[in-house]
Amino acid sequence: MDIHEYQAKEVLAGFGVTVPEGALAYSPEQAAYRAREMGGERWVVKAQVHAGGRGKAGGVKVCASDVEIGEACEDMFGMKLVTHQTGPDGKGVYRVYVEAAVPIAREIYLGFVLDRTTQRIMIVASAEGGMEIEEISAEKPESIVRAVVEPAVGLRDFQCRQMAFKLGVEPALVQQMVRTLQGCYRAFTELDATMVEINPLVITEDSRVIALDAKMTFDDNALFRHPQIAELRDKSQEDPREARAADRGLNYIGLDGNIGCIVNGAGLAMATMDTIKMAGGEPANFLDIGGGATPERVAKAFRLVLSDKNVQAVLVNIFAGINRCDWVAEGVVQALRDVKVDVPVIVRLAGTNVDEGQKILAKSGLPIIRANTLSQAAERAVGAWKNDLSQGVTMRAVS
Amino acid sequence: MSILIDSETPVIVQGITGKMARFHTKDMLEYGTNIVGGVVPGKGGETVEGLPVFDTVEEAVAATGAEASLVFVPPPFAADSIMEAADAGIRYCVCITDGVPAQDMIRVKRYMYRYPKERRMVLTGPNCAGTISPGKALLGIMPGHIYEKGHVGIVGRSGTLGYEAASQLKDLGLGVSTSVGIGGDPINGSSFRDILERFEKDEDTHVVALIGEIGGPQEAEAAEYIRDQMTKPVVAYVAGLTAPRGRTMGHAGAIISAFGESASEKVEILSSVGVTVAEHPSEIGATIARTMEAA
Repeated sequence: MDIHEYQAKEVLAGFGVTVPEGALAYSPEQAAYRAREMGGERWVVKAQVHAGGRGKAGGVKVCASDVEIGEACEDMFGMKLVTHQTGPDGKGVYRVYVEAAVPIAREIYLGFVLDRTTQRIMIVASAEGGMEIEEISAEKPESIVRAVVEPAVGLRDFQCRQMAFKLGVEPALVQQMVRTLQGCYRAFTELDATMVEINPLVITEDSRVIALDAKMTFDDNALFRHPQIAELRDKSQEDPREARAADRGLNYIGLDGNIGCIVNGAGLAMATMDTIKMAGGEPANFLDIGGGATPERVAKAFRLVLSDKNVQAVLVNIFAGINRCDWVAEGVVQALRDVKVDVPVIVRLAGTNVDEGQKILAKSGLPIIRANTLSQAAERAVGAWKNDLSQGVTMRAVS
Repeated sequence: MSILIDSETPVIVQGITGKMARFHTKDMLEYGTNIVGGVVPGKGGETVEGLPVFDTVEEAVAATGAEASLVFVPPPFAADSIMEAADAGIRYCVCITDGVPAQDMIRVKRYMYRYPKERRMVLTGPNCAGTISPGKALLGIMPGHIYEKGHVGIVGRSGTLGYEAASQLKDLGLGVSTSVGIGGDPINGSSFRDILERFEKDEDTHVVALIGEIGGPQEAEAAEYIRDQMTKPVVAYVAGLTAPRGRTMGHAGAIISAFGESASEKVEILSSVGVTVAEHPSEIGATIARTMEAA
């Protein structure tokens, strides 16, 4: 789960990381009022969306007056901010964060991640702050310094000092760096984060170490023990279909294609999408309905997949292991009777009692297109979709 | 021979009184797995399927001589249960539980390393379907009947995709020596490489099928091992060619976040070390059959 910059800063400040003075606003007027309240001469207005790359997309503006703040906000509120991390639809801006500008002497990149090679927490830093880490590793890989944390003893101060000296931080500021790194590490471990990124971490002209930006991602599997973090979830930043699916216990990701997929198991779901693509089609979604393909779950899945108006065919691929195919087939038939489905439906069943399952589908009288293998199912789905287009009519699976 | 388990291995089920654990305990007993008991704190003295339940793993091991354990404990307590098994001298642990916090797994792995190598527990999972040596023992939730006894070693992250491979093999008249699910989580007990090393030493395994997916460095690590040390032929399939970058595809670990983590990059890395890669998931079985004939 992602949170906003202002939330991440509040969290990190609680662990001793220095952040600029700032305030949240839900309207241009409120933003100007907050700036006046704060005092100073220059402020930064920042659109709060769950994505990096806001600066280039017009989501960060430096302002020197009330009027400028008002104008910057008028542009931002209600806009869909499109950055390289949001996808083409962008993310809606409903709140802005106003900060007192700080005089920057130098910028550092700082990131904490779960490193899958060492299977430990790793700190990644670079003296080339302000650039995206992808750019840094492509263009200035030699500038990257890393430290891996031994879980039994946690992050040690010497590792922080080592990192600070490698980054060329002047000796008088090393202690501030240690405090910042330790603060981030404690937030990371105590709150079960999977990523903390401060880009840039700045050293100001008056020799302070400040987190100018902050991003945090949390482990969904650990939210049960951090209710205060779970409360920070902002559904306006999520794809509405994905959020709805998550609320119903289904694992759904919307894509750009037109062949909907209903599959049990994440690996098989990805393999099904790939096979559709290889057969000349484009998958409309990833959907793992989990191990138990009960009629209720299958019906929910159909409703969800069909809520995407681009879907022109639905491929159901179930490998019945512990469940039996006859039982899954009953579920599919039940779902097709309950949910109005007006696109071709292709069903591939495999595993336990597959013959009985096929018989149930055949006897149902529903226009279900059956397939024996995954590639056959994908070909038939793509075929049905193309056929559908050429006929210029919509097949009715249910009258 | 088979790897990790055989028909004699005495097994306990941690969390045996849960609904899912009861169901699968019955299923595993019917398959012939030598299950000797279960562990649920506070339920010592009860029985499940005629098996004794103990309060602690230590007691269960003392009373039954258990060597392997299967963890069905809910996510908040799973890490603790795995550590309890490691401490009690369990040799092999399979964690089925899906949803274990990643940092819990970091601590589990660190904890396991406090024991010297000769008595260090081997862990597979979490978030996996388990391990099966057909005709001998089943430690997990997979449907036993789709696995024939034979000489193909299977190691994969995904449950249902592994079933797909096994049933394709069965249709072709081919069988499996052992199938190991390493699970879909980013921090897991055993890597592809760990399991490949075991298959390389196993006389019963002639060919290995590696079923990977997007995310993480473990397929690339496996490729390095295959290139430098493996003599047996390896066939691979990698799921997620159409997965968008930066999105978690169902499995917590299935996310492309760095170079070399996409399906096409993994296919390229594996092909470059001589692994035969099946392009279609429908062709995993046929590709293995061809490789076996050629070998």
